[in-house]
Amino acid sequence: MSERTIERVARTTPAPLARRIKGLSDRAIAWIFIAPTIFLLLAINIFPLIWTIQLSFTNYKANRVGREVKNIGTRNYERILTDGDIWLNMQATAHFLFWTILLQVLIGFALAWLINKKFRGNDLWTTIIVLPMMLSPAVVGNFWKFLYQPQIGLFNYIVSFFTGRDPSSFEMLGQVNLAPWSIVIVDTWMWTPFVMLICLAGLRSIPDYIYEAAEIDRASKWRQFWTITVPMVLPFLMLAVLFRGIENFKMFDLVVQLTGGGPGSTTELTSINLKREAFEKWRTGYASAYAIILFVAVFGLASIYVKALNKVKER
Amino acid sequence: MTSFSVTTPSGRTKWLAGTLVILYALITMIPLVWIALTGFKSPPDAISYPPKYIIGGDSEAGFQPTLEGYVNLFTTRTRQTQEYLDANPPESWADEIVRQYDMVIVGPSKFGERFLNSIIIGFGSTFLSVFLGTLAAYAFSRFKIPLADDLLFFILSTRMMPPIAVAIPIFLMFRNLGLSDTHLGMILLYTAVNISLAVWLLKSFMDGIPTEYEEAALIDGYTRFQAFYKVVLPQAATGIASTAIFCLIFAWNEYAFAVLLTTAEAQTAPPFIPTIIGVGGLDWPAIAAGVTLFLLPVMVFTILLRKHLLRGITFGAVRK
Repeated sequence: MSERTIERVARTTPAPLARRIKGLSDRAIAWIFIAPTIFLLLAINIFPLIWTIQLSFTNYKANRVGREVKNIGTRNYERILTDGDIWLNMQATAHFLFWTILLQVLIGFALAWLINKKFRGNDLWTTIIVLPMMLSPAVVGNFWKFLYQPQIGLFNYIVSFFTGRDPSSFEMLGQVNLAPWSIVIVDTWMWTPFVMLICLAGLRSIPDYIYEAAEIDRASKWRQFWTITVPMVLPFLMLAVLFRGIENFKMFDLVVQLTGGGPGSTTELTSINLKREAFEKWRTGYASAYAIILFVAVFGLASIYVKALNKVKER
Repeated sequence: MTSFSVTTPSGRTKWLAGTLVILYALITMIPLVWIALTGFKSPPDAISYPPKYIIGGDSEAGFQPTLEGYVNLFTTRTRQTQEYLDANPPESWADEIVRQYDMVIVGPSKFGERFLNSIIIGFGSTFLSVFLGTLAAYAFSRFKIPLADDLLFFILSTRMMPPIAVAIPIFLMFRNLGLSDTHLGMILLYTAVNISLAVWLLKSFMDGIPTEYEEAALIDGYTRFQAFYKVVLPQAATGIASTAIFCLIFAWNEYAFAVLLTTAEAQTAPPFIPTIIGVGGLDWPAIAAGVTLFLLPVMVFTILLRKHLLRGITFGAVRK
C-alpha cells in the first residue's frame, strides 16, 4: 500500500528533485552495504580454507621458508588415515563428546524443567547458573587446573570430605584413568547452562492449552511429561546437542589449559593434536590435510544429524 | 483467564524446584568464589591443606586477606641485599608488601599491557563487526537482493568452521602481510569471526522495525542514507547494543587464534594469564587475581544485560 504512495509521489516530483530524493539507487546502496562483509568473509574464511586444501597436497613446512615445496598428491591423507595414534585421539574425542553431551543434556534438561516451574526469583538464579558459559574457556581451564591440584586442590578436598578418601591418593590431571573425566567435569560445569537455556526456550514454547486439554482427559502428570513435554522439547534438545557437538569436536582452549593433552596423550583431543602437528612440529602440509579431514568429518556428521533433526521436527 | 490454571505448579512444587535450582547455582559458583578468594591470599595460604576459606580469624580455616596477589600481578620484582633494603625505605604500600620477601618493585608487569590489548582488540573488532553487520543487516532486511538466502547461509556457515582448520593459512597470510602480532590483524580476524552472528542477530532486529517510518521519511525528502541513520538506526539501538555485547564477549574470551597469532605486541590476556610465574613455581594468588580481574567485567555485563544476552544465546534455536 505504502509503496504505491511512494510511486505516486515519485511520479509527480520534478526530475532534478527526484534525483536528489533518491540519491544513490537502492540497488547500489544494497551492494555498498553488503560488499564489505562478504569481502571480509572471503578474505579471512574462504580464501584460507581453499589455501588449506591446496597445502594439504604438499610437503610444505612453514618454519622453513627457503625449502622447495613439492606436490606429493594424497600421501598426507593416506598417512593420517593409517596412523594408529590419530585413531587414539579420535577415541579420546569420542569419549569426551559422548559423556559431555550426555551429562549436559540430562542436567540441562532437568534444570530447565525445574526453572520452568516459575518459582520466585527464577530469572536471577538462571543468570547465576549461566555465568560459567560466558567466561573465557582458556581462563576457566587455567583456574580449574588450580582446583584440581593434587593434595592442595579444592576438588580433592571436597571429594575426600564427602567420601573419606585420602586427598593425596588420587590426581585428577595426573592419572591416566582420571584425566579424561577431569575435562568432562569442567566442560559440563561450563556448558550445561547452554543446554538448559535452549531447553527452557523449548519448554516455554509449549502452549498451556495442550496441558489443559490433557488435564481434562485425566492424563496423569507422568504421562503428560512423556507424551507432551518430552516430544515438544526434543527438537530444541537435539539442536542443543548439535551445537555442543560441533563446539566440542573443535574443543581446544579449555583442554589445552587444563591438561595440555596429558598425561601421555590420554586427553589429546584431535584439535590439540592438530595444533601440535601444525605449530610445534611445523608439518604444515600434513596438518592441513588433517584439518581438512576433521572439517569434512564435522560437516558430514552435522549434516546427517540435521537430516535426523528435520525428521523429528516434521513429526 | 481463570484464576486457577492447571499449568501453574502448586506452591510446594515451586518451593522444591526453587530449592534444587538454587542448590545447583550455589554449587556452580564454588569454583568462581574460590578463585576470587585465592586472589586475596598469600602464596602459602593459597596452597595450604586443608583449604582456608574464612576471611580473617585465627581458626585453622581462616586466612588474613592481603593484596599480595594483585601487587605481584601488576609488578615485576627483584630480590635485594639487606643493606639496600635498609638504605631505601619502602616507597608505597605495594612496596611494603613485597619487602617481607626481601624484594623491591622494579617496574610494572606485562599484565597491564595485555589487559589493554584485550580492550583495544575487543572494542575494535566489536565496533567493526557491529558497523559492517548493521549495514549488511539493513540491506538484507530492506532490499531485494538476488540470492539473499544463499548469501545469508554462506555468512552463517563460516561460523561452523573450526578455527584450527583455517589457522594455518591465516598464520601464513598474516606473516606475509605483516599482520602477525598486530592489533589490526587481530581486529580483522575477530571481526570476520563475529560478523556472521552480528548480521543474523541484527537482521532479526531490523525485520522487527516497521518500514513505514522510513517510507514517511523518504517522502519527506530524506535520501536513503538519511532515512537509514536518522530513522532506522535509533530504533535499532537496543538490537545493536546487545549484538555488540555478544561480539565483545567473544573477542574478550578468544584464545586459540590469540595464542597462535600473537606473541608480544598484540597478545591478549587469555594466553598471558597462565604464564604468570612466581618464586618457585606458579604464583597462584597472582594468577587468581588476574583471572578475577579478567572475568569480572563479563560477569557484571551478564548480570546487568541478562535479558538481551539470553535472547542471543537461544537465538539459533528459537529462530529455526
